[in-house]
Amino acid sequence: MTKTVSTASPPAQAPLSGRAEKRRSRHEAPGERSWRRNALRRATPWLFLLVPLALLVTFTYVPVGNMIYYSFTDWDGISPDRNFVGAENYTELFTRPELFRVFAVSLYYLAASAVQIAIALFFATVLSFDLRFRNLFKGILFFPYLINGVAIGFVFLYFFQDGGTLDSVLSWFGANSDHAWLGSPESANTSLAGVSVWRFTGLNFVLFLGAIQSIPGELYEAAQLDGASRWQQFRNIIAPGIRPVLSLSVILAISGSLAVFEIPYIMTTGATGTSTFVIQTVKLAFQFNKTGLASACAVVLLAIILLITWIQRRLVPDERVDLV
Amino acid sequence: MTITAPTRQRTRRRPGLGTVLTYLSLIVASLVVLLPLAVVFLTSLKSYGEVSEGQGALTLPHDWLNFSNYVTAFNDGHMLMAFGNTAFILLFSITGTVLIGSMTAYAIDRFDFRFKKLVMALFLIATLVPGVTTQVATFQVINSFGLFDTRWAPILLYMGTDIVSIYIFLQFIRGIPVSVDEAARLDGANAFTIYRKIIFPLLKPAIATVVIIKGITTYNDFYIPFLYMPSENLGTISTALFRFKGPFGAHWETISAGAVLVIVPTLLVFLFLQRYIYNGFAQGATK
Repeated sequence: MTKTVSTASPPAQAPLSGRAEKRRSRHEAPGERSWRRNALRRATPWLFLLVPLALLVTFTYVPVGNMIYYSFTDWDGISPDRNFVGAENYTELFTRPELFRVFAVSLYYLAASAVQIAIALFFATVLSFDLRFRNLFKGILFFPYLINGVAIGFVFLYFFQDGGTLDSVLSWFGANSDHAWLGSPESANTSLAGVSVWRFTGLNFVLFLGAIQSIPGELYEAAQLDGASRWQQFRNIIAPGIRPVLSLSVILAISGSLAVFEIPYIMTTGATGTSTFVIQTVKLAFQFNKTGLASACAVVLLAIILLITWIQRRLVPDERVDLV
Repeated sequence: MTITAPTRQRTRRRPGLGTVLTYLSLIVASLVVLLPLAVVFLTSLKSYGEVSEGQGALTLPHDWLNFSNYVTAFNDGHMLMAFGNTAFILLFSITGTVLIGSMTAYAIDRFDFRFKKLVMALFLIATLVPGVTTQVATFQVINSFGLFDTRWAPILLYMGTDIVSIYIFLQFIRGIPVSVDEAARLDGANAFTIYRKIIFPLLKPAIATVVIIKGITTYNDFYIPFLYMPSENLGTISTALFRFKGPFGAHWETISAGAVLVIVPTLLVFLFLQRYIYNGFAQGATK
């Protein structure tokens, strides 16, 4: 999708400047007029970009810069004085195991992402062929992704309650569980990760479905004539066809697993060992007023995510270069 | 994974084991999706007594027309104010996003200027910075503008960091032939007229996509209103619903009614705009 950009102006300008030439000779000194026109032409793209760039810098680059600066101070976020403390926040972060342990929680969500991608891939493949009620199933699988996170949190708090939906369903199958699903760290984190599978599978599913449908249909027909089995068709036509989307999903899954906030915060407020890195950072910054330390946490998280993205780009180079 | 022939069907054979398993997997998945939602809907129609008696969650309500929980949730949960605040934020942030995104895409795609590479790099690198990581410092920026605890804080944040919509517009604007601009330019139109009268109207499908994606993510966002608008009267539907946790504690029938109230508008939008929503998310996420 590359395209040489903006060969627009030169051909269009030629007749215009010719006209300007005639007018200019009648009115004013040629130098001044063309200078003004030139300046206007040069400023035009910047007039369009003024607001977007101002917002981009104010809400992305200034915060990133400030965050790195705060991470070297002992600032509490309120008082006017902040002292430069060097790498103290970072040593605290790396030497207090309880601060770093929250990363272990990400592993639950990482495992959940793998499950989620597998399920999405299966249903995207199945539903890209002709099936009865295809659109109904498509809608049902995708809908959870559109639901409000707080509502999902409440739905599943009720779902996991003692004697709630899950227990009732299990008792139909004779499994009489009096399990407190959100009671111990392992089962709470597994339950929460399950909610994230429920919520996000639909997005992956729709992405995969779109990619599969963009594969030309003749390929399947040709493969069928050659006597390829379903599995061979999946292996040799579908899998390579959706590779870019698959690699995007993997990178989104990894960075998403590190930055989980909403569902655990809404459901457990991070209690019983379900606190994630972002919940901890938010608590440090806004409850304990440790802006310096919280910034150091955020810098570490950002660095990890950038590193993973970079590794992914090296491993799976993108054929298309976006943004021109 | 035995499935019937792709798109074009030939002779219909007796369904094989594979087909049965395929349908079975789809039905199981649908039940997993629908069951938790159905139970919450059932609970929202029950009385406090029915819920607290400790019958199973899967029992049916006695009175299918018992909407009193909805009245309680709507009034005591300040849902009207929440919908108002959300609508206000939606209106401004969507308008802003559409204008900003289309202007940026127009400037980047149709002009050659110095530092163009730098500008593109700035937008590109910004996609790599996840919003949640910089929130501590973003908070200070908002605070220094005196916008903390106002509805303008989320509006500015939603407008300022939406790079996905810029991508969507950029992809689309590339498909509009440059000769259209040139023709207008020959007729004496300047860059602003071309943008306003020609490019912007031609961008309609892309605008629809951006409005849908932006609308749904803004409507559902919890993090930003939660951090930036703690006042009770500034609740959005997410934060207003979150506050149900306090006063309604164990009143699951009221909490359920609140959750259903929040989900229903999404469901309606989804049913009416299905096709656009699928396409929108497929475009939005891959760019």
